[in-house]
Amino acid sequence: MSLNQAPRVAVLLSVGQHPVTRRPRRADQDARALELALNQPNTDVVPIHVGQASSETEVALRSYLGMGVSQIDHLEVSTTREDILPSLAQHLKQLNVQVVLCGTRAETGEGSGLVPYLLAKKLGWPIVSGLASIESIASGSMTFLQALPRGQRRRVKVSLPAVVAVDPASPPARQSAFGPAQRGDIQLVPSTSMDAEITDAESDRQVWQYQVAKKRPKRLKIIKATSARDRFKAAAAKADASGGKVLQEISADSAAEEIIKLLKEEGVLSTNSSS
Amino acid sequence: MLNQILPLLIFGALLVAVIGAVKRVKLWRNGRPAKVPILAGLAAMPRRYLVDLHHVVARDKYISNTHVATGGGFVLALLLIILVHGLQLNSQFLAWALLAATGSMFVGAVFVAKRRVQPPSRLSKGPWMRLPKSLFAFSLGFFLVTLPATGLIPVEWGGWLVAILLGAVILWGLSEMLLGMTWGGPMKHAFAGALHLAFHRRAERFNGGRSTGLKPLNLDKEHEPLGVNQPSEFTWNQLLGFDACVQCGRCESVCPAFAAGQPLNPKKLIQDMVVGLAGGTDAGYTGSAYPGKTVGEHQGGPFASIIAQEGQGLLDAETLWSCTTCRACVEECPMMIEHVDAIVDMRRHLTLERGATPNKGSEVIDNLIATDNPNGFNPQSRMNWAADLSLPVLSDVKRTDVLLWMGDGAFDMRNQRSLRALVKILRAAKVDFAVLGNEERDSGDVARRLGDEATFQRLAKENVTTLAQYSFRSIVTCDPHSFHVLKNEYGDFGGRYVVYHHTTYINQLRQIGKLHFAPYKGGSVTYHDPCYLGRYNGEYEAPRDLLKAAGITLVDMERSGYRSRCCGGGGGAPITDIPGKQRIPDMRMDDIRSTGAERVAVGCPQCTAMLEGVVEPRPEVLDIAEIIANQLVDEEVTL
Ligand code: SF4
Ligand code: SF4
Repeated sequence: MSLNQAPRVAVLLSVGQHPVTRRPRRADQDARALELALNQPNTDVVPIHVGQASSETEVALRSYLGMGVSQIDHLEVSTTREDILPSLAQHLKQLNVQVVLCGTRAETGEGSGLVPYLLAKKLGWPIVSGLASIESIASGSMTFLQALPRGQRRRVKVSLPAVVAVDPASPPARQSAFGPAQRGDIQLVPSTSMDAEITDAESDRQVWQYQVAKKRPKRLKIIKATSARDRFKAAAAKADASGGKVLQEISADSAAEEIIKLLKEEGVLSTNSSS
Repeated sequence: MLNQILPLLIFGALLVAVIGAVKRVKLWRNGRPAKVPILAGLAAMPRRYLVDLHHVVARDKYISNTHVATGGGFVLALLLIILVHGLQLNSQFLAWALLAATGSMFVGAVFVAKRRVQPPSRLSKGPWMRLPKSLFAFSLGFFLVTLPATGLIPVEWGGWLVAILLGAVILWGLSEMLLGMTWGGPMKHAFAGALHLAFHRRAERFNGGRSTGLKPLNLDKEHEPLGVNQPSEFTWNQLLGFDACVQCGRCESVCPAFAAGQPLNPKKLIQDMVVGLAGGTDAGYTGSAYPGKTVGEHQGGPFASIIAQEGQGLLDAETLWSCTTCRACVEECPMMIEHVDAIVDMRRHLTLERGATPNKGSEVIDNLIATDNPNGFNPQSRMNWAADLSLPVLSDVKRTDVLLWMGDGAFDMRNQRSLRALVKILRAAKVDFAVLGNEERDSGDVARRLGDEATFQRLAKENVTTLAQYSFRSIVTCDPHSFHVLKNEYGDFGGRYVVYHHTTYINQLRQIGKLHFAPYKGGSVTYHDPCYLGRYNGEYEAPRDLLKAAGITLVDMERSGYRSRCCGGGGGAPITDIPGKQRIPDMRMDDIRSTGAERVAVGCPQCTAMLEGVVEPRPEVLDIAEIIANQLVDEEVTL
């Protein structure tokens, strides 16, 4: 990336769904990703959507346009069964993108939260999640704050290009305005990918049953605190992690050994598989 | 001697005035096009002035008499001056008439001067303080110079010095009265005012009519920015209207936001628009400022953004968002200027183009878009309040006599009590009624007043489509905002209905003997007129009739009827929540307390919420439906 060229930031935008009425809308986390990108001075923001064209898609994409971007690249896939990754990865490479911002998980469909990871894997780029605010995007690297539990933040520097997923703790998206939303351009980019892959996800999805997500009831904690300070501490307390150990400044190999050991202990990996 | 110069002076002044007029007209024509009948408007103008405008002016007897003497005297004098001194017609009759006209003007000027001795704060100072002196100069100058023509004194009297002095006085008078008229002096109000009456954007307001519904915005013009960003994006007759302002400050004295110390003064707002249409700064403004803002820091021009995106524009966005759209200013304005239209036009730009609705505004708009109600409740729970009432729903019964429009108050526990009372009354009167149930949507009132015309139009069209499926004779609602929108604003989207506010409808039921009341045993009651029922729709009587018929002693507040003070709840003001020095509902509660009434009867869910939000101890707040439902006696069986 030459110095006089503004870093190019792609923002992945999906079709969201209102939790109560299920009407299509901009997805909250993706809108936050776009908000972060738009607030970054001297960056070239490229909003991208991948999916099939439909009236619902249009409604959702227009509400992103209402945030003040003039154009969204809509990479069309031919069927809902087509894997979005190949054409997306190809488009990103063509555009010479340095940063890909996206939400953590979609509001509709599988919502597996795996897209950022699979995309990073496909591109061979690093992936970081939990983006809360961007500090700078300089040549070759990006510095940002990562959200940790209970309001803690960690400063992270990642070398570019990279995929960065936004945390719900990032600032809320600006209001979407009707005028720019109507005038904005949804640029259809036909799928050019040679290796379009058909996934089985859709046929699986046909048999899925959808139901309203409900918060699970929480067991009430009996707090025997006597002062306000104690009550606050009890309310804010996180379950203490038991066990585990902190390993620092060890070689990558021994770190990997430790992780595999733990996974075996926890039964995630079967003990007889060779490492 | 003076006789030779006078025609020159008079025609010279007229010529310069005409040049000024042409320039002023050009400024107005920077505005967007508007369809108004030009000739019919001009023809209707004298009547609009003499009847409609005078009707408003006459609320202040002092100034209306003063204005008749001064204004009438001036118009007559000017015509005669052209004949007697301009064209030098030698007629004693005309000369005497001119003496009378200038005399009347002089008397008027005395009263103008008296009002200016210690002017109330609502009046502008500056050039306006000069006006009575100029009136004296004009009337006295021409009086004296006309005397010889009547034959009372010799033609050549006084000699050189007097002639020069008199000439100077006349020049002063002519400059103020003629040049000032078109070059931006206080007399501009006469010139712009006359044309404004002729080309008014709400011609329906004349001849005793009423026109309060907002005008729809064409959302399909894809490339034109929506709403008003620059003064030149108002229609030309709106610009003309602003220019007609006399800076009398009547609007300022009734504005609830101004009184609460929020940064809004309708008079200053109109003057700022005048600054905008002509270009310049507001430093020349000599009236009360927007509370908390300094005069002289803002500037603008016809093609500059009114609300600057960076730096200082013509005004600050808080000014626009302070307005409750109560229409008190419009009701009071003797020049019939439309403040609320202008404010909403500018809000439309902020919301639709910039996405800059302050505070909870964007959340409310998002909720309306996603759930058809401002608080984001599940639209499928709109009927929950009536779970035990087994109300007939139109999707089942298809036809009914009265459609009960519930409004978003259906989600609000306080308003549900009023709704239940209303249902009880309708049942007591054996009215055949039904509700839309979960098919009902927000009327779009709040969205529209927050400037989100797109969401308003969607809600309006969807409600109109829903209503078109069923047959009913009339709509009754206890929410004056829904009432206004259904009655006056859905017509543009094909929805024409007979709509009643519940107080009107219940009063009709009472008049035809369908309701019977037990004698009222309680303290005195005062009634708070909701803006959207009173000023917007002219219903002041039915609620009062109804309360009196229930045997209630009604004490009216000083500010009631068309002068009622807003509760602070309209126009999305509680949502945009612009801070001031005090809260509007607190001021209104003080009005209520000063009557000594134990209860205040209201007819609007918004008023109920605002007034009940005032800390106790305070008079009890009850919807008229609740009061009436309590007084009901069942003819056959007692409940
Ligand atoms: S409508 Fe009411 S709040 Fe708005 S400017 Fe006029 S008087 Fe003030
Ligand atoms: S807007 Fe109307 S009421 Fe207000 S100062 Fe001007 S003329 Fe008077």
